[in-house]
Amino acid sequence: MSDLNKLGLAEARDALRKGETTSVELTEACLGAIDKADVLNAFVHKTPEIALERAAAADARLKQGDAPAMCGLPVGIKDLFCTKGVASQAGSKILEGFVPEYESTVSQQLADNGAVMLGKLNMDEFAMGSSNETSTYGNAVSPWRRENEDTPLTPGGSSGGSAAAVAADLCLAATGTDTGGSIRQPAAFTGTVGIKPTYGRCSRWGVVAFASSLDQAGPMTKSVRDAAIMLEAMSGHDPKDSTSADLAVPNFEAMLTGDIRGKKIGIPKEYHMEGMPAEIEKLWSEGTAMLKAAGAEIVDISLPHTKYALPAYYVIAPAEASSNLARYDGVRYGNRATLEAGDGITEMYEKTRAQGFGDEVKRRVMVGTYVLSAGFYDAYYNRARRVRSLIKKDFENVFAAGVDAILTPATPSAAFGLGEMSDADPVAMYLLDVFTVTVNLAGLPGIALPAGLDSQGLPLGLQLIGRPWEEGDLLNTAYALEQSTGFVAKPGKWW
Amino acid sequence: MSIDQNTAAKVAKLARIKVEDEALPALAAEFNTILDFIEQLNEVDVEGVDPMTSVTPQRLKRREDVVTDGNQADKVLSNAPDAREGFFAVPKVME
Repeated sequence: MSDLNKLGLAEARDALRKGETTSVELTEACLGAIDKADVLNAFVHKTPEIALERAAAADARLKQGDAPAMCGLPVGIKDLFCTKGVASQAGSKILEGFVPEYESTVSQQLADNGAVMLGKLNMDEFAMGSSNETSTYGNAVSPWRRENEDTPLTPGGSSGGSAAAVAADLCLAATGTDTGGSIRQPAAFTGTVGIKPTYGRCSRWGVVAFASSLDQAGPMTKSVRDAAIMLEAMSGHDPKDSTSADLAVPNFEAMLTGDIRGKKIGIPKEYHMEGMPAEIEKLWSEGTAMLKAAGAEIVDISLPHTKYALPAYYVIAPAEASSNLARYDGVRYGNRATLEAGDGITEMYEKTRAQGFGDEVKRRVMVGTYVLSAGFYDAYYNRARRVRSLIKKDFENVFAAGVDAILTPATPSAAFGLGEMSDADPVAMYLLDVFTVTVNLAGLPGIALPAGLDSQGLPLGLQLIGRPWEEGDLLNTAYALEQSTGFVAKPGKWW
Repeated sequence: MSIDQNTAAKVAKLARIKVEDEALPALAAEFNTILDFIEQLNEVDVEGVDPMTSVTPQRLKRREDVVTDGNQADKVLSNAPDAREGFFAVPKVME
């Protein structure tokens, strides 16, 4: 078989089981593709030795007939996941040189399933960003380009390396994490599929924390079926994460019937944003029509507090980040600033954090410090948590009225050029997460899938939001939509 | 609420991030942009609404209060920028 790196998880799994290829062949194809794609800056720590070792072990397992779904399938791991013996920096200079002595639960579960780790993937520093431009490794670059142009585009963020790697066929799939849209927005920008599961579905243990009440891991893949396969392997209760849910994990793939007759799909009026490009509105209404044609019932719904999701997020997420990132003090791991004679411990903290954190991380840590400080805690932090309760209630109300899933655009635009937003104020970048952030605040599952191309040939995505713990039903609705859109476009290879 | 340079300096100090004096005006301006955005929350009627404490209703699990891990000081110290004699080493904290 040729171009093995271009396969999805399901196709590769089936080929492995039929003996048509081996995990070593799949892995070598991906390693070859990775080495030719350094210009994308997607893989920032390559682990070919580990990959080939695991591939050989997976082939042995396949021969014995003891092969879970992910056995032998080469994947990339976002740099936010701690991987034993392999650099894990969360895209930050402050963690330069950090080599964990332990493995995150999610990456361990994938390894136990036989998945092959190809290396670590680029990301925004501490997952704070929407364009992968805050990374200490430099920008990840999208394999997509506008028609007849060679402007380098963002793959989105924070899981930008994951999205670029999957879209460019450097791996079969990748892990991502999503605090405000960091799986779904890059998936939409790169024509790939990304699901953020219900809060608590995947263990956060060993995943570098950004905003603990919002962070969730999830898969980034080439199809909805692949997302179902990989999500199942990543999910499950973990005693080491007190917020991980002790619920059975269904066979998500078995739930992909494509039959959505009688399902009620909500279209929230508040997501018709002022100034939204006509192409996005068109994509959304076409998606709505497709779901209707597949037998779903379309209902107009209202999520009245949508407008306040981003401001609430930009209180809660920085507040939690300021607390979580307090641990980077130059004492236990990572970089310590060079000190001058007479510098005490306070100077060590201040210099270490000033040198180790990038501007966006510093900004958010300080905003978080401010909103939690004496005198402002009630006015900002508690108010934001109250608004968060109202946002969640909006969703509970529509689900109580019988809505099974909600269809929205995934992003307010297609991918932009790297550097194009550099003169904008920080808030302009935050607005990119306007359709995704509500889902994190409400703890719900959300999936982004490609639905079309814009006039410049760039992919655009739609988002489906599901009921808590019903990822299986959500994936099935996404599967039906995927069959209707028939999206197969891939970026032309220039790298 | 508007943040001046003194407040920006105080926040930087609380966050233990060194900010040079000449960078404070720009920092204060950025804070104000973000806080203006956040101020929208004041439009919302939150009377009688409880602040969210957990997004999924669940009781934290309990376990026996026993030691489950330990005896790996070497691993704990392996990533420290400065570790000596089984301890993390830091600059002098007392005169």
